[in-house]
Amino acid sequence: MAATDVPLGAVAPVSAQSAQAAPGQGRPFAPPRYPRLRAGLATLGWSLASLGLFAGLWEALWALGFLNPLLLPPPHLFLADLPATLKYFDRSNRIGSRSEGGGVMPLLATIGWTTMRVTVGLVLGFVGGVLVGALLHYVRLFRNLVLPTVLLLAPISPVAWLPVAIFVFGIGDVPAIFLVFITLFFAIALTTSTQIAAVPVTYLNVARIMGADTRQTFFRVVLPAILPGLFMTLRLNLFAAWMVVLIAEAVGVGSGLGQIVSLARSTFNARLSFFTMAIIGLLGFSFDWALRQIQARMLWWIAPQGGGR
Amino acid sequence: MNAPVPTPSLRRPAVHLSGVGKTWTPAGRGPVQALRDVDLDIAPGEFVVFLGPSGCGKSTLLYMIAGLEPASAGTMEADGLPITGPSAERGLIFQDASLFPWLTILDNVAFGPSIGAVQKLKRREIAAEMLRRVGLADMMDKKPDELSGGMRQRAACARALAMRAKVLMMDEPFAALDVQTRAKMQDFLLQIWRDSGASIVLVTHSIDEAVALADRVVVFTARPGRVKTIVPVDLPRPRNPRDPRFHDLRDRFGELLADEVDRAFAEQEAR
Repeated sequence: MAATDVPLGAVAPVSAQSAQAAPGQGRPFAPPRYPRLRAGLATLGWSLASLGLFAGLWEALWALGFLNPLLLPPPHLFLADLPATLKYFDRSNRIGSRSEGGGVMPLLATIGWTTMRVTVGLVLGFVGGVLVGALLHYVRLFRNLVLPTVLLLAPISPVAWLPVAIFVFGIGDVPAIFLVFITLFFAIALTTSTQIAAVPVTYLNVARIMGADTRQTFFRVVLPAILPGLFMTLRLNLFAAWMVVLIAEAVGVGSGLGQIVSLARSTFNARLSFFTMAIIGLLGFSFDWALRQIQARMLWWIAPQGGGR
Repeated sequence: MNAPVPTPSLRRPAVHLSGVGKTWTPAGRGPVQALRDVDLDIAPGEFVVFLGPSGCGKSTLLYMIAGLEPASAGTMEADGLPITGPSAERGLIFQDASLFPWLTILDNVAFGPSIGAVQKLKRREIAAEMLRRVGLADMMDKKPDELSGGMRQRAACARALAMRAKVLMMDEPFAALDVQTRAKMQDFLLQIWRDSGASIVLVTHSIDEAVALADRVVVFTARPGRVKTIVPVDLPRPRNPRDPRFHDLRDRFGELLADEVDRAFAEQEAR
């Protein structure tokens, strides 16, 4: 046992010395200047590199003759004759309307219609889900009567609702909006009711002691407490919402990006197909980005990923 | 043995308990008696500490005085009126401070006044004043996560004081703090107590804390919790832990508690 005492006694002064010496040594961990700018530039650089690598591989496979340009046209081909591609986009939101010329404005109009359907569906699904979720938690009779049915309906793929939506609402905007609504509604309703149950009792006790009534407690304590969980559910279901809106547009609506994809399929137009895919990808990415910005504003008190708790 | 100790004030008690009992009925099991026959008067401006073994119901009693739990038996009055529910006049401070993470420290303290429809400027003024009083004037715009445990407890105090609480109740407020912070917080609490003139009821299982802070210590028995004895601590403040009288009191509380801890243990083993 005495042997362990010796190194312990010997080590202590050495470590004390090195601790004193550390600040003097040429600062190997000097913090970089403009850390946020540098991090942003690095992210942008890597994103461009990743995209370039993907496009480069595609182009290389085409140049080497492995890819049939009619089936898998590389980016420089499907982006080549834009006016010809844009011809297929239509400004109006009418069923069966003939494309008249096309161009950038009709492209934006098509994007706008699809975006509108997703946005309206998401807003309705979110608000309706929170409402029903709150009722599920607070009203016992409602919970007993409704929860089993909700649990049975929730796992049904939104796409399976498509025929029902068309039977009930006919061809038009509503079936697409309804499908987006269904995609989000059940998830938000169930999240809301479980999250409300998980709100710390002490938060509710604080509200009670301060004299808050039921409404004040819900809007000022419960809702802020469950908002992070709701946003998580919303973001997880965002891509599913984009998926179902395209399917709904291809089948139940006469316009929108889904209709263009369907047109590209039936006319065997690979250029149009890839062009539309690129647009859809950009849109989905922008939507998620926008939602992240809203989240950062509304949930300012939650540290960004990794930091804090 | 349970000779009633005269309260230091002849004024109407801030809290009056008589024959108070609490019985839980957990689902699928028989009723459990948590508290029995508690008689206690707390004078305005008095510092009372509840001391007892874990599970003796002292926290439950605190929640009952706060109005968060109804009594199963007996009468509870605050300032001469029956306690029927929570009131901002009886502020409760939890072990984990329970600040709302989505509000700044200032908005947390201003939460109570905002519920009471106090105008925005006025309530910010009140909250800023309370934060100054607890020494957190620089922390107003921080979020709770950015504060240390001791600072969060001080902010929770400020939140209760912003409602002009006449009784401040604390449920083991310093249990999660390290020893040095805890000593600082005890000094801070005594200062707040003197400044505000509120009664303080503090629940703890730390004998040192009880002797360092209390005017009177209420010692509870193991479950079902009853008042075993009430011991006045008449040491002058500031109290020195090296004072022999401090030691004597500590030993006395140690003996009083030892029996109850043994009983509580035996009961847990039997279950």
